[in-house]
Amino acid sequence: MTTLHETETASGAGAAAAEAPLAPAARLLPALGAVYRAQLSRARVARIPLLFVATFQSVGIMVLMRGVVDGGQEARAVVAGSAVLVVAFVALNLLAQYFGQLRAQGGLDHYATLPVPPAAVVLGAAGAYASFTAPGTLVTAVVGSLLFGLPLTHVWVLLAVIPLAGAALAGLGAALGLLAPRPELATLLGQLGMSAALLLGVLPAERMPVLLQYARDLLPSTYGVEAFARTFDAHPDWAAVGLDLAVCAGVGVASLALATWAYRRAAVR
Amino acid sequence: MGGPVGSSLVSTRTGHPNHGAHGDGTVCETRELVKTYPAARGRRGAPATPAVRATDAVSLRVRRGEIFGLLGPNGAGKSTLVRQLTGLMRPDSGSVRILGHDVVRHPERAARLLAYLGQESTALDELTVALAAETTGRLRGLDVGAARAERDAVLDELGLAPLAGRPLKKLSGGQRRLACFAAALVGERPLLVLDEPTTGMDPVARRAVWAAVDRRRAERGTTVLLVTHNVIEAETVLDRVAVLEQGRVIACDTPSGLKGAVAGEVRLDLVWRESAPLDVPEVAALHGAAEETGRRWTLRLAPDEARAAVAAVTGGAAFAALDDFTLATPSLEDVYLALGGRTKGLVKV
Repeated sequence: MTTLHETETASGAGAAAAEAPLAPAARLLPALGAVYRAQLSRARVARIPLLFVATFQSVGIMVLMRGVVDGGQEARAVVAGSAVLVVAFVALNLLAQYFGQLRAQGGLDHYATLPVPPAAVVLGAAGAYASFTAPGTLVTAVVGSLLFGLPLTHVWVLLAVIPLAGAALAGLGAALGLLAPRPELATLLGQLGMSAALLLGVLPAERMPVLLQYARDLLPSTYGVEAFARTFDAHPDWAAVGLDLAVCAGVGVASLALATWAYRRAAVR
Repeated sequence: MGGPVGSSLVSTRTGHPNHGAHGDGTVCETRELVKTYPAARGRRGAPATPAVRATDAVSLRVRRGEIFGLLGPNGAGKSTLVRQLTGLMRPDSGSVRILGHDVVRHPERAARLLAYLGQESTALDELTVALAAETTGRLRGLDVGAARAERDAVLDELGLAPLAGRPLKKLSGGQRRLACFAAALVGERPLLVLDEPTTGMDPVARRAVWAAVDRRRAERGTTVLLVTHNVIEAETVLDRVAVLEQGRVIACDTPSGLKGAVAGEVRLDLVWRESAPLDVPEVAALHGAAEETGRRWTLRLAPDEARAAVAAVTGGAAFAALDDFTLATPSLEDVYLALGGRTKGLVKV
């Protein structure tokens, strides 16, 4: 094969070029901050209507359940489940959709050709989505407490529940979105995850068949729900709350690590 | 050969600091690069596709300060090749060296050597122009202050300052493309890899892009690897061009050098009012050699044949049926066809 370009490559061959200095890579925390800020601004523009939907959905569920549940333990489960459902809607469902579409449309190329640690992209996006759920979760918790006559004394525990349950669910959502071979599948998985959080988190556990109770134990949002539900007691069992939150944190670390791995895998094809 | 190949022939650009002043340093080199997309099994609604060799033993060398083009129709393998140069895709075999670094072995280094403008803007679509540029700069390793300063400078340079607060999604296609180009410039890199940067842009935006490229080349010796299927753009902005056809480089030279290869031909375009007067013997004789596109005939002829053809159609009975005609020296499209290019997918605007 003799083509014109061969003459080009022949000249100067053998000159083992010295490696040029590399530009500095972005460090983890500044990059994370930049991604977080950008994602939060995106969410502000594009996701506010969806946050309203998520909040109204949770408030609506609580209104419906008022006819079924008559205070006590079950009411606590409903309020806590509805509040955490907002986190599941945004962090799991919407983030799975976002990463699914980003991957399908080649948007990951943008990040993959920047010297940014994969963890910064995943954590920045997950963090932005999780913090975006805070207002809706708080509104749901307050409205629910008023509806069912529960004390608002310990509502501050949401400040721990939102980031920890958020980390677990956002990591899961990001991993689903990045691993799904097609964006429609990512959307479907995100929806399924949210449906699971709805059914298994909001409905009182005592009334479920044993099999569903096991499934409930496997879902990371359950531990966020339980932690929050426990704080409606007059004298909450703080050790149990702490344990639930520790499970959330553990699952969060694992699912974010999985998402980071999935991102690396998706970025270089 | 080597040396300043045809640099004096490229007269469309001002300033040529690369040859001579900056020596002949290699910025990007590929050797025998091969990438095959595996065959896909048929699924419901999607027929099976055979394996495609998207990059077929491509060897190229891009020198410092050059604007080097990859020209070819859609599907020729330009983007696949570029994705391997930027570390986004791993070749099946062959080597890629960017500024001395082995990018096949260390794909993560590519991001610290080059800036890439892909065809998609999905990642930036919902950000404002200013935030897209600033965030990209920060992710390219700049601190907040430097990223903001560069952002402002680049937006001013490209005339994007009035749009700084608008989300990319709300902009027209060409403006959005320019905003992505701005993001690619924040956080300086010695090599810019631009995949069809001017798609959808109006002439003002195009000029802004090429002025920005020229400025970086003159001031910093920046090298540009440009993917294009636009023949006119290739002829006016490129120093050298590799012509791709079905994953293979079928030619690589300066635009004028390539055109010299088909200098013996000129192109005659005839546009008929309604239909060609095939009852005129001279016209009927040309019919066999003509490539027909609606009412347009395109003929590639030796100069004296072309003169005879023009005389025939502009005199006598044929002239009444003729709407317009042009006689032109060969373009890069003619080069592409003369070299055996089979796909008719090059753009001439």
